[in-house]
Amino acid sequence: MGFAHRRFKPRPRARRMSPDFRSQIESLRPYLLRYASMQLRNADTAEDVVQETLLAALAGEEAFAGRSNLRTWLTGILKHKIVDAIRRASRERPVEAAESAREAGEIEELFDARGHWEEKPEVWENPDGALEQKQFLGALEQCLRALPARTAEAFLMREHLGLETAEICKELGVTATHCWVLLYRARMALRRCLEENWFGAARRKRG
Amino acid sequence: MLSCREVTRLVSERQDRTLSFGERIALRLHLVICEGCRNAAEQIEFLRRAMSRLAAHGDQEPR
Repeated sequence: MGFAHRRFKPRPRARRMSPDFRSQIESLRPYLLRYASMQLRNADTAEDVVQETLLAALAGEEAFAGRSNLRTWLTGILKHKIVDAIRRASRERPVEAAESAREAGEIEELFDARGHWEEKPEVWENPDGALEQKQFLGALEQCLRALPARTAEAFLMREHLGLETAEICKELGVTATHCWVLLYRARMALRRCLEENWFGAARRKRG
Repeated sequence: MLSCREVTRLVSERQDRTLSFGERIALRLHLVICEGCRNAAEQIEFLRRAMSRLAAHGDQEPR
């Protein structure tokens, strides 16, 4: 009975939707897809969250009214959809104990028994200059892809979505301490990957 | 005295939580005397700038 009633309710929002608003939203699809793809490794999931975002935005034109930046507003919606997708995936995924042990080992091997560097990290030549190079950003993306799924997920939630640690822990269903460990592992692995594939390589080339 | 391993952990964690007073002092003392950890700390902090640059880059050139 309730359903029948609801079906005949008028939908004022849909009626008032302007074609202009729709095309503006559509034009931001590539940007949104790129944003989602950076966080979500599964291309279908990325497409899905973008689609959900566009639909939610179309239904919520009134909510946008008065806000100045459409892209910022859409990115905000997209972030929520991405976090929802991560939460769903994170429940289904088994904890990978072997992978976790391997990551811990990779950090251990950087240090001796007393916790001092086996090999002291050297200075990186003009890292901020590297940020202007397309190739460097490509190398960074490669390094991100090389991270284990869960570690990459936590790191990207922190540095790409800009979430606070408390929220990341909640969504991934882990303790705060474990969250910090994941972020630490990600940063150490990325530092090492960039050293090996970019800054160290450049240093060796110079001789 | 902190070990270099502990220093890298704190350098990472200070991007995610507020360190205690004791942790901050110990970290600062270690970084003053340890060049390897200073380099590692700069590099870990650079990652945050690199990530925001990567996002901005995707912004200009959607693939």
